Amino acid sequence: MASIVTRIRGEPLRKSQSTTTEPAWCRRLMIGTGLVFLLFLLLMPLVAIAYEALRHGIGLCLATFVDPHARSAILLTLTVAAICVPVTMVFGLAAAWAITKFSFRGKSLLTTVIDLPFAVSPVIAGLIFILIFSGTHGYLGPYLEAHDIRVIFALPGIALATLFITLPFVARELIPIMQSQGREEEFAALTLGAGGWRTFSRVTLPNVKWGLFYGLILCNARAMGEFGAVAVVSGNIKGKTSTMPLYIETLYFEYNSVAAFSLASILTGLALVTLLLKNVVEWRMTRRPS
Amino acid sequence: MPTSLATPADAVVAPRRINQRVIPGFGLSMGITMAYLGLLVIIPLAGVFLGSLGMTWEHFWNTVTSRQVMASYRVSFGVSFAAALVNAVFGLLVAWILVRYRFPGRKLIDGMVDLPFALPTAVAGIALTALYARTGWIGQFTYFIGLETAYSKTGIFIALTFIGLPFVVRTLQPVIEDLDPEVEEAAASLGASRLRAWFTIILPALIPALLTGFALAFARGLGEYGSVIFISGNMPLRTEITPLIIVKFLEQYQYAEATAVATVMLVVSFLLLLFINLLQRWTESMGQARR
Repeated sequence: MASIVTRIRGEPLRKSQSTTTEPAWCRRLMIGTGLVFLLFLLLMPLVAIAYEALRHGIGLCLATFVDPHARSAILLTLTVAAICVPVTMVFGLAAAWAITKFSFRGKSLLTTVIDLPFAVSPVIAGLIFILIFSGTHGYLGPYLEAHDIRVIFALPGIALATLFITLPFVARELIPIMQSQGREEEFAALTLGAGGWRTFSRVTLPNVKWGLFYGLILCNARAMGEFGAVAVVSGNIKGKTSTMPLYIETLYFEYNSVAAFSLASILTGLALVTLLLKNVVEWRMTRRPS
Repeated sequence: MPTSLATPADAVVAPRRINQRVIPGFGLSMGITMAYLGLLVIIPLAGVFLGSLGMTWEHFWNTVTSRQVMASYRVSFGVSFAAALVNAVFGLLVAWILVRYRFPGRKLIDGMVDLPFALPTAVAGIALTALYARTGWIGQFTYFIGLETAYSKTGIFIALTFIGLPFVVRTLQPVIEDLDPEVEEAAASLGASRLRAWFTIILPALIPALLTGFALAFARGLGEYGSVIFISGNMPLRTEITPLIIVKFLEQYQYAEATAVATVMLVVSFLLLLFINLLQRWTESMGQARR
């Protein structure tokens, strides 16, 4: 009976629900198990971060942000994101344009290479730049030493490792969207006399703007939150090459748990905003008439 | 989703050469793409293999099979496998209830599944450690029943389960959405029980996606560093993961040894990536066969 009632109330259920779903007790059991699993795995950590940050009062939590090391960590993290997001965007747009608007051999190999940074451990992402740029052991070490250029244990190294990690984010979002839109609209614009850049900025960009935005916020979240790759190349010098995630680690192992979790709650807030924006974008993309 | 990257336009719109001429910017976009990939990905990754070639075979072999490193493979592979397995089971359950059932808060939960993607790994690491340590909210119960959670393999398992969950759920969701209920209807009308429909119709259709999600979660678990090092306690031979071994070699300026272990991990990652690509093709071809 219950299932009939819900159906009449206009819930968007599938037709002939009774034959293609599990019995009610089974459904409830599955939903219950799934929710308990997610409660423990996803929700409890979030609550724990807020609790640990605020357990000795909001004053102590806010005191974290007076700490000059914390401030310089926040500034460094913002700097790294400000470098990585635009560069990854330009690469993502170029790669998506090349892959979706032209036919050439080795296209699937190229997309696999773009995916590589996903498959490589962040620690290795840091190691590869040490092997090249380390002053003492790197392939370019002697040259950099001679010209007094510091890459490893400095901002350029951190930026390079983060660029490697975030490389696929924008391209991965744009390629499927531009693929499904095909080339007809660009053909039309070009036939009507628009130039290449004009076609790109007036036709292609507006068509992919939500996907691009989606890729950018994911890229930004990862650039600000990357730990493993940056830990390897930064040297973690307090106040100089310590990013927010690295400074959280330092504080945590110094048993300064309130400060660690206070700084962590900023990054958690960023993660939640990212998720929110992602869902808004997904909603916009599905609503858009195609 | 199309199997190959060739668009339908290839077939419909006249010869390829004309396309190439009409849309401008091939040289520029391809140039940027290749230069950037070459400088940032291909040359640096090749540097790892080149670095290994600089070692004698004996030194390389002794490094990558030393007792501590071997123990780290067992931890990394064993725990990643176990976590990916649990994610396959619970990820299937979560994906199924999110697609097929309606319940309050479903949309919110659907959005939250991506949290492990968005939350920085170090933040996840300290949060999980706070929860599962002896004095933590969950830890006090697990330790009461005699289960060590933080600073043990169980702790690593918890971190890797957290990290891997969205891979399984997000791989399965579109495939479950694509399942045609009419096939299940037909099974029911022919007298098959719901359980039988599950094992003969639903599961076989989901297997490629389930395997893909499992492999993605496993691959991510192998490389994971940030969330694990806080909760694992990093005890040599017991709870050291392979990425941590690389970091430890680097901290002692043993660059050659770090490179050797990284080479082994890279080869495993490449093989997994190849395997995942094959699985994804299989998933897509199953999806097209259904249509």
